[in-house]
Amino acid sequence: MDIIIENITKKYGPQKAVDDISFHVKTGEVVGFLGPNGAGKTTTMKILTGLIAPNKGNAKIGNYSVRDDAEKVKKLIGYLPENNPLYLEMPIIDYLQFAAEIQGVPQNKVKLRIQEMIRICGLKAEKHKKIGELSKGYRQRVGLAQAMIHDPEVLILDEPTTGLDPNQIVEIRRLIKEIGKEKTVILSTHILPEVEATCDRILIISKGKIVADGTSENLRKQSQGHELLRVRIEDGERNDVFSQLQKLPHVGLVDFIRGIDNCYEVQSRGEFGNKRDVFALCVKNNWVLTEMTPIETKLEDLFRDLTIN
Amino acid sequence: MNKIWIIAKRELQSFFDSLTAYIMLIAFVGFSGFFTWLYGADIFLRNQADLQVFFNIAYWTLFFFIPAITMRMLAEENKSGTIELLLTKAVTDWQVILGKFFACLILILIALLLTIPYYLTVWKLGPVDHGAVWSGYLGLILMSAAYISIGLYTSSVNNNQIVAFLLAIFIGIFFHIIFQVLAQSFTGTIGGVFSYMSISTHYESISRGVIDSKDLIYFLSVILLGLVLSEISLSKRNVVD
Repeated sequence: MDIIIENITKKYGPQKAVDDISFHVKTGEVVGFLGPNGAGKTTTMKILTGLIAPNKGNAKIGNYSVRDDAEKVKKLIGYLPENNPLYLEMPIIDYLQFAAEIQGVPQNKVKLRIQEMIRICGLKAEKHKKIGELSKGYRQRVGLAQAMIHDPEVLILDEPTTGLDPNQIVEIRRLIKEIGKEKTVILSTHILPEVEATCDRILIISKGKIVADGTSENLRKQSQGHELLRVRIEDGERNDVFSQLQKLPHVGLVDFIRGIDNCYEVQSRGEFGNKRDVFALCVKNNWVLTEMTPIETKLEDLFRDLTIN
Repeated sequence: MNKIWIIAKRELQSFFDSLTAYIMLIAFVGFSGFFTWLYGADIFLRNQADLQVFFNIAYWTLFFFIPAITMRMLAEENKSGTIELLLTKAVTDWQVILGKFFACLILILIALLLTIPYYLTVWKLGPVDHGAVWSGYLGLILMSAAYISIGLYTSSVNNNQIVAFLLAIFIGIFFHIIFQVLAQSFTGTIGGVFSYMSISTHYESISRGVIDSKDLIYFLSVILLGLVLSEISLSKRNVVD
């Protein structure tokens, strides 16, 4: 189900937590919501889930607006809040039953859904325990199970992997990817490799505004603008290789890489690539090309560029 | 209605999962039983087969027990953040408030049911005015409902259970006794207003067996006021300027 956010503004007192943002998420898309602390990620999610009302603008899940059809919207959404608050005194199964009933799962399917969730989220070994007795990772799984119990069209996960150990992180990411094949998923995080590993698309938000939107590849290209190559050319004289590389038609900048012999960094001019030209140059001069690696801008750099200042 | 019951059921479950319910029930039946049957101006000294002694005792025990039950209802959810999870489920704020209200009320009803043997015993001892007994129970239920709704409100305005408890007692003591004391010190209209606002005035007349619509309206309006205030306090997160 599509999610449409139209010009949403949310103020807390005089401070704008979310400042006139709009975006559209298509069915089956896994969108990563990135941003520094206090950028407005959680606020946007709370608005989407109908927990708080925006000052301006509207959000729609499918055809239902969070303002006018809050109850219908809530039924379509599965939400895992930040810090995963749960009723610690309740046994897992009782809690899942409560979540299923309150979300309107038909009585004859409740048991089936609970079994399904226990299987999918890997809770079988712990299923008779009280939630308070579980480790953080298992609690997170219970949080995911309650969010998915009514088979929602849209999943909203606020920092789903915080506090998990590396194995659990991998498992939860795999689970999210699996779910994302059919459902629309929005997840927030400030762990960059996480978005790269799980999301089809990235939204970067800073100070309440969206500053970047696209796939991780697109964003990299956008920030870089041109291709960056690391090449190692042997059998040639250093300065000669340098000047010949510099003369190639689409090369903007050549640099020696310090500390490594015969290694150069070649930056293109404009959108044209230089890989073929560099290869042809080596052939013509009988040089041996032993390495040619495209250097990608790290998402971290992009993130810092966009969110600082 | 169904959603309200689901929420109430969960609250009751969690009363019984923790020790709250058992402690409350045992303490209530124990206290009221002790003072009704064994201590001081007990039932045997009255020379009359009625439960007036019990109703006077329960009037005070419930006054202290109810805030102890209601204090965690919303304060704990606010503190732990579970309120966020609950309100993003397909329920309205009203359903949440009413679910919690009925959970508390059902727990009190269970406590009162456990005192039915008192009634049966007195019945064995002599001729009982059955109407007076039932209306006494009705008075206790109405009073409990009023204090539950006040307790829910104090629990909704902050996230500290102790504050919620003390605040409920503080507000409650006005209805319980202070208004009545004031009513005695003033004459004329002011005295009348204070007397009308006192829960004890209305409770006494019901527990004596007089069910007057004036008293019913009074209790229902206190209950409604508490619930509306709780709902406002819960939904103020949505208030935008």
